[in-house]
Amino acid sequence: MQESLYNYILGIADNCLILGQRLGELCGHGPSLETDIACTNISLDLFGQVRSYYQYAAKLKGGDATEDTIAFLRKERQYRNVLLVEQPNEDFAYVIARACYFDIYHELFLLELMRSTDETLAAIAHKSIKEVRYHKLFSTEWVKRLGDGTEESHQKMQQAIDDYWPYTDELFQPAQVEKEMAEAGIGVDITKLKEPYYNALKSLLETARLEVPDNPYFQKGGKQGIHTEHMGYILSDMQYMQLAYPNMEW
Amino acid sequence: MVAEAAHIDERLEPLLRQVSDPEIPVLSIMDMGVVRYAQLENEQAVVKITPTYSGCPAMDVMSVEIKAALQEAGYEVDVELVLHPAWTTDWITPRGRAALEDYGIAVPLEADADKSALMGAKRMVECPQCGSNNTKVVSAFGSTACKALFKCEDCLEPFDYFKCLK
Repeated sequence: MQESLYNYILGIADNCLILGQRLGELCGHGPSLETDIACTNISLDLFGQVRSYYQYAAKLKGGDATEDTIAFLRKERQYRNVLLVEQPNEDFAYVIARACYFDIYHELFLLELMRSTDETLAAIAHKSIKEVRYHKLFSTEWVKRLGDGTEESHQKMQQAIDDYWPYTDELFQPAQVEKEMAEAGIGVDITKLKEPYYNALKSLLETARLEVPDNPYFQKGGKQGIHTEHMGYILSDMQYMQLAYPNMEW
Repeated sequence: MVAEAAHIDERLEPLLRQVSDPEIPVLSIMDMGVVRYAQLENEQAVVKITPTYSGCPAMDVMSVEIKAALQEAGYEVDVELVLHPAWTTDWITPRGRAALEDYGIAVPLEADADKSALMGAKRMVECPQCGSNNTKVVSAFGSTACKALFKCEDCLEPFDYFKCLK
């Protein structure tokens, strides 16, 4: 049970870590000062949430494990994040498409996790959801603004929505450990989130005058540790300091 | 909110009051509502604090400063971070709200009003410089996780707004 719970927590936290890392790449590179600050603020929130999850996971693991060893010293195949969050920033429309696909899921997920029989997970969910509501407000407002904006912004937003659409379904495909934890009342039955998720998404896209993609082919594998080619680059950037200078602190 | 009131020993309270939020130096951590528990247990001061936002980098600094303030007064100290119940802007005291306004930070509105103000739907955040309601959101995310950036269209000054968190 302990081992399953540990793996389950990593699955939740890795999504936040990798998305946070992607958003952090925009620090100093956002399209405008305000959006730059917004993306890095959201990144900071996500890293804060990650710390709570990893600290809990490290306690379960015992031994020398710390939040830092979990974050920085695993190999690519040991990360359990969905493929969606590792997709590249490309342009601002892609940043927003990826964010809104994740934020809508994240809010629904945390609403359920708040009811977890595991007190620590429930507490982290209660804390995080307050922050995630602001994230969702930011990303969904931008979908509307770009979708219902100029001809060019509309075209770019539609392109990003189409291109990252195939990564949405994986959010609702439970890995073995997710099934196990949901049955135990600790985890969330993510299959139940699928319908409210796509309903919310469709109504958002409609408001934004965007077409709902009808591509039925979806990508998966992240939850099993099989990532896209982007993941290695993210990790080499993120883990560089700890690998080059082991145990470095500042 | 009564059920969630903080438990603070009156001997520790004045010492904790001297510690301020490093990002907003006019605001004591007591008025910020982040100290949830401070009691003497077997001669040791046990203090529990809760973060405003999960990633708030100020928490580590506050924790160090709490230790320093209490140790100076001769106490052994243990500072613990608790997540539940989660912090809300309702825990900022009236004195804290006044300090924020004096400092030039607009205080949080109620949750619904906060949302319409941040969406730019309604102009209701009062400018801390001139008191006008003719203000506009520039960005829902500001200089720190807890603030949004606003601009007053009367006195033309930009200012921070402390976001409502419930």
